Amino acid sequence: MSYCAPVAAVRLTSLTKTFDGVMAVDGVSLDIADHDFMILLGPSGCGKSTLLRMIAGLEDPTSGDVAIGDVRVNDVEPKERDVAMVFQSYALYPHKTVQANIEFPLKVRGVAKMERAEEARRAAATLGLTEFLDRKPGQLSGGQRQRVALARAIVRRPAVFCMDEPLSNLDAKLRGETRAELVALHARLASTFVYVTHDQVEAMTMGTHVAVMSRGRLEQVGTPQEVYARPASVFVAQFIGTPPMNVLPVGVVLDRNVLVGIRPEHLELDPSSTVRTTVTLVEHLGHETLVHARLGDTSVVVRLDAIEAAPSVGDDVGLTFPEQHLHLFDPETTRRVDG
Amino acid sequence: MATSTMPRGWRLAGRYTLLIVLTIVVLFPIWVMLVGALKPGNKVLQDPLLPTHVTFDTLREAWRDGNLGRALVNSTIVALIVTVAQVVTAVLSAYAFAFLRFPGRTFVFGVFLATLLVPFEATVVVNRSTVQDLGWLNSYQGLAVPFLATAFGTFLVRQVFLTLPKDLREAARMDGLGHLGFLREVAVPLARPTLGALALFGFLSTWNQYLWPTTISTDDDWNTVQSGLRALAQAQIDKPNLVIAGTVIVALPIFVILLVFQRQLVRGLTAGAVKG
Repeated sequence: MSYCAPVAAVRLTSLTKTFDGVMAVDGVSLDIADHDFMILLGPSGCGKSTLLRMIAGLEDPTSGDVAIGDVRVNDVEPKERDVAMVFQSYALYPHKTVQANIEFPLKVRGVAKMERAEEARRAAATLGLTEFLDRKPGQLSGGQRQRVALARAIVRRPAVFCMDEPLSNLDAKLRGETRAELVALHARLASTFVYVTHDQVEAMTMGTHVAVMSRGRLEQVGTPQEVYARPASVFVAQFIGTPPMNVLPVGVVLDRNVLVGIRPEHLELDPSSTVRTTVTLVEHLGHETLVHARLGDTSVVVRLDAIEAAPSVGDDVGLTFPEQHLHLFDPETTRRVDG
Repeated sequence: MATSTMPRGWRLAGRYTLLIVLTIVVLFPIWVMLVGALKPGNKVLQDPLLPTHVTFDTLREAWRDGNLGRALVNSTIVALIVTVAQVVTAVLSAYAFAFLRFPGRTFVFGVFLATLLVPFEATVVVNRSTVQDLGWLNSYQGLAVPFLATAFGTFLVRQVFLTLPKDLREAARMDGLGHLGFLREVAVPLARPTLGALALFGFLSTWNQYLWPTTISTDDDWNTVQSGLRALAQAQIDKPNLVIAGTVIVALPIFVILLVFQRQLVRGLTAGAVKG
């Protein structure tokens, strides 16, 4: 039976996946709106790829439901879910030409030869691949292969695109360019994107929403600005942002039973402050300077603009913690407590 | 410069000398066979290494007396059946062992491999009796059926399938291919060099079979080339060069096949040995 989603919203309800008793995804519920660009962000092994593979149908959930549109698709084969997947390794068919690779999903679906050739040419043109149609994947660069994988996905006009770290095999320059291309592609296509990455830059620059995961659980879902400005837990606070947020133990900054977080750009050097510390490392990065110091057992980082005068290693400096920039977390649960 | 080129020159000379010696060792019996086949019977022991008194009469006689035309047809048919069947069964079983998850998979594969340790000679009596019970003596099915599947083929193809990235299988699933579709569209085309080598091996080993055809062919019309040669040797015991001529005739097709497909053979056997 052929299945077609009326809308491309994705709803995950209490989704769990275990592998040989090891919990990979632990009761995740997540609503991804139609035409959303949802980023699943987290460190290696946090379950984000498993979650994506359950949406695509490549893994069966141990419990919980996956719905695309209004239809529960747990028992629907991947090919009938109206979902396309772009793999980290691109997974192109090495013995087929670029043209044959792109039109292959249509061939399997029985689309007539002329029509699918036309569709493949159109997808190739969208991604600037027209001149490579007769080549084999082995004759292409990493970036070109990546675009072929994208073309193979868009040629089907799927309701949902699943992408599993598609940029991680590209060099930094190409990664930057392709990020912009993907954002433009998302704007052009009336599809929902679900994108797995461990790279916070990709998450912040591409996603309309970010779902941060840790150890199989969802830590926070929100816009990139929300998760940066109001992290829901110490994990999110320290995972997003470079360098990560300083989180100081109970009693160091405030006389309350809370962990206090403050981003390096909000921490200030102040000669008159009573909180004194010694500089242990100074990193000049061109556009900014990172000053490392220790407060008790905790290391802290202060970010200064490049034009600001930076102290030297061994200097005694004072630190101030502007109250409006403090993030408060429960020391037991590590969840945010300041609303 | 001279000091560095001299040892290299000597090394090359040594290497080529070794190659020439090996070539002579390999070609010597072939040369003796060709010379013997082109001589009349009474001259065969005279200058055995020199092609004197060249005649095709011996080849003609061997062809006629050994019924080698019929034997060549039989061998070709049996070898083709076995080759096609071995490739098909190897591909299907290798796919199961490489891509399907089922209980006892490793154990069953181990049993498969263990059959490689049992020499065919050890089972020939039982097989002969089974084939006889089935009424398959002197028949193509009797000659071919015991060889339709080999553990070697399964092993070889499985190793190639295991080198295919998991993502490729999953991409094919997303594109809508089932198991047979993936096998046809992706796995088999990518394993083609190995399948070519397997086919060549299947064909050659069937062509060269001696024990089994002589065991189940009691009628000369069901001789394959090797059992035909044996019949020729027994019937013409006083004319050794007839057997030599017969050997030339039956070796010729194999020689041609090897010449045409030798690249394929080497590529198939080394597939996966190096990254690429």
